Amino acid sequence: MATAAAAVAGPHQYLQAQTRWRTIEVAFWFATLFPFVLFPNYLSLASQIAITALFALSLDLILGYAGIVSLGHAAFFGLGAYAAGLFSKFVWGEPLSGLVVAAVVAAVVGYAASFIIARFRHLTLIMITLGMGFLLLEAANSASWLTGGADGLQGVRIGRLFGYFDFDLYGYTAYGYSLAVLFLVFLLARRLIHSPFGLALRGIRENPVRMPAIGAASRAHIRKIYTISAALAGIAGGLLAQTTETVSLGSLDFQRSADVVVMLVLGGAGRLYGGIVGAIIFMVARDQFSGINPQYWYFPIGALLVAVVMFLPGGILGGLARIFASWRGRSS
Amino acid sequence: MIAPVIGVLFDGFAYGMLLFLLSVGLSVTLGMMNFVNLAHCAFAMLGGYVTVTLMGTGWPFFATLPVAFLAAAATSVLFERTLYRRLYRASELEQVLLTIGLAFISVAVAAYVFGTIQQAVQTPPYLRGSINFMGVNFAVYRLFLVGTALVITLVLVLALEYTRFGAQVRAAVDNQRMARGLGINVDAAFAITFALGSGLAGLGGALAIEIVGLDPSFAFAYLVYVLIVVSVGGLGSITGSFIAATLLGISDIAGKYYIPEVGAFLIYLVMIGLLIWRPAGLFGRR
Repeated sequence: MATAAAAVAGPHQYLQAQTRWRTIEVAFWFATLFPFVLFPNYLSLASQIAITALFALSLDLILGYAGIVSLGHAAFFGLGAYAAGLFSKFVWGEPLSGLVVAAVVAAVVGYAASFIIARFRHLTLIMITLGMGFLLLEAANSASWLTGGADGLQGVRIGRLFGYFDFDLYGYTAYGYSLAVLFLVFLLARRLIHSPFGLALRGIRENPVRMPAIGAASRAHIRKIYTISAALAGIAGGLLAQTTETVSLGSLDFQRSADVVVMLVLGGAGRLYGGIVGAIIFMVARDQFSGINPQYWYFPIGALLVAVVMFLPGGILGGLARIFASWRGRSS
Repeated sequence: MIAPVIGVLFDGFAYGMLLFLLSVGLSVTLGMMNFVNLAHCAFAMLGGYVTVTLMGTGWPFFATLPVAFLAAAATSVLFERTLYRRLYRASELEQVLLTIGLAFISVAVAAYVFGTIQQAVQTPPYLRGSINFMGVNFAVYRLFLVGTALVITLVLVLALEYTRFGAQVRAAVDNQRMARGLGINVDAAFAITFALGSGLAGLGGALAIEIVGLDPSFAFAYLVYVLIVVSVGGLGSITGSFIAATLLGISDIAGKYYIPEVGAFLIYLVMIGLLIWRPAGLFGRR
């Protein structure tokens, strides 16, 4: 592999340089272990953050990298959540197999939907993703014999992880489990994004007309990444169902789809850590302000969105990267 | 036997006319500038709250309607000049984000100023009650709503078809670059259309209170319906919006009345099916 890269200088070297682990990345992942020691009372929040970050990462793959604007990504999150919840209720409570079921169910639906998604852009695409989100929400609401409807899915019982770690009240297992899954998925996404396939996706985002013209199979690429993204969103939903042992209609609603877009854009779309950083800031802020009327909570969110679009394209990470680049340019 | 069916059809048609008023502005502005304005229903909500506030201070219902129209139109122009204008050439994601952000802010401001309770208006006595015609009850307010919407539709269609300004708007919707090349001031035409469209939404918001009520979630609750009307009807098409709104209104009311267990499921399914069949909408040209 190394000799091949050396022989073909250019693109391969570029890709390899991209995949090198930076110190700050390693430090970040070590820092995710701090909550175990520093905030043991907030482990269930930390677990929620890890799950949300995973969800945002799944959206980043299609929205940030492939440029597919989706306002209904909660459809796959909810699918995974209900799949994992129902699996544990009717089959068995072993968590890892439940997670696989969640991923497979979301991936199958995502694959079917991807044939539609790949054909459209602009408003039609937004409307179709929005419509699919509402469609699933209404379906789950109607099928209350299966999903419990507005009362939520009851009777989800999750067994011990690896037959040893019990899901305790404090969330030690929940956070450890969510974090581990997030990290594994992150590794996968990182590999994917730094592959030629990832480069092709960015090409589709930058110019959807020119990519087919240079021979890239645009639609096949979109179908692939959309299916992957759906599966990852399903895993995130499955994690939420398993760690909270309940599934509500809230896992499917428009609010969740909108929130995850907000987080991703806030952190920086099209950056691997964008969704994670956005999820951390968003979830911590919401936890801190949970006392106020939820309708007022919309104000800072809306203001942040306007501010990011107007003054900070690229989100927080994009802004930091620019500051860092200009600082570097000055020092050298 | 047939009377209840006609009653449901009529209620559905009145509801459809309401949706038409709320969405026609968005349809035309989207057709012109391709600007995805998800804050459209926030302007409608503004119109509704203007009416509620003015009636609280003793204004008659009819006097508040023009003010609701003007307030929504003026506010929309303010936003168009300061924020929207800068994103015409930006990606749709940025447009979606900005306008969703504005809609979020409007929800919070409405909740802060007016509280989260449902607002109600006291309509004048002659708009209450219902008329019995051939064994079917027609609510007077719904008749008034249908009449208003039909008059507005007629005025819009005639204005678009027979005035100089209407011709400019049609040209800009058909081919924006060509219209610019011919010396049409597309930006000015767009600003006026945008104000008119938002004003109509404000009027729709004011008229909607009696039918669907008004609370801060209005900005999002009806956004989906408005977007369905716009995308199914086809961008920039008044006729398309009218037909799509009528279909949506009738199927929504009839669905809730006859098959409540299916709920809104059917509407989304039909919308997705229609969009797959005709991505540009029923009457869209692109």
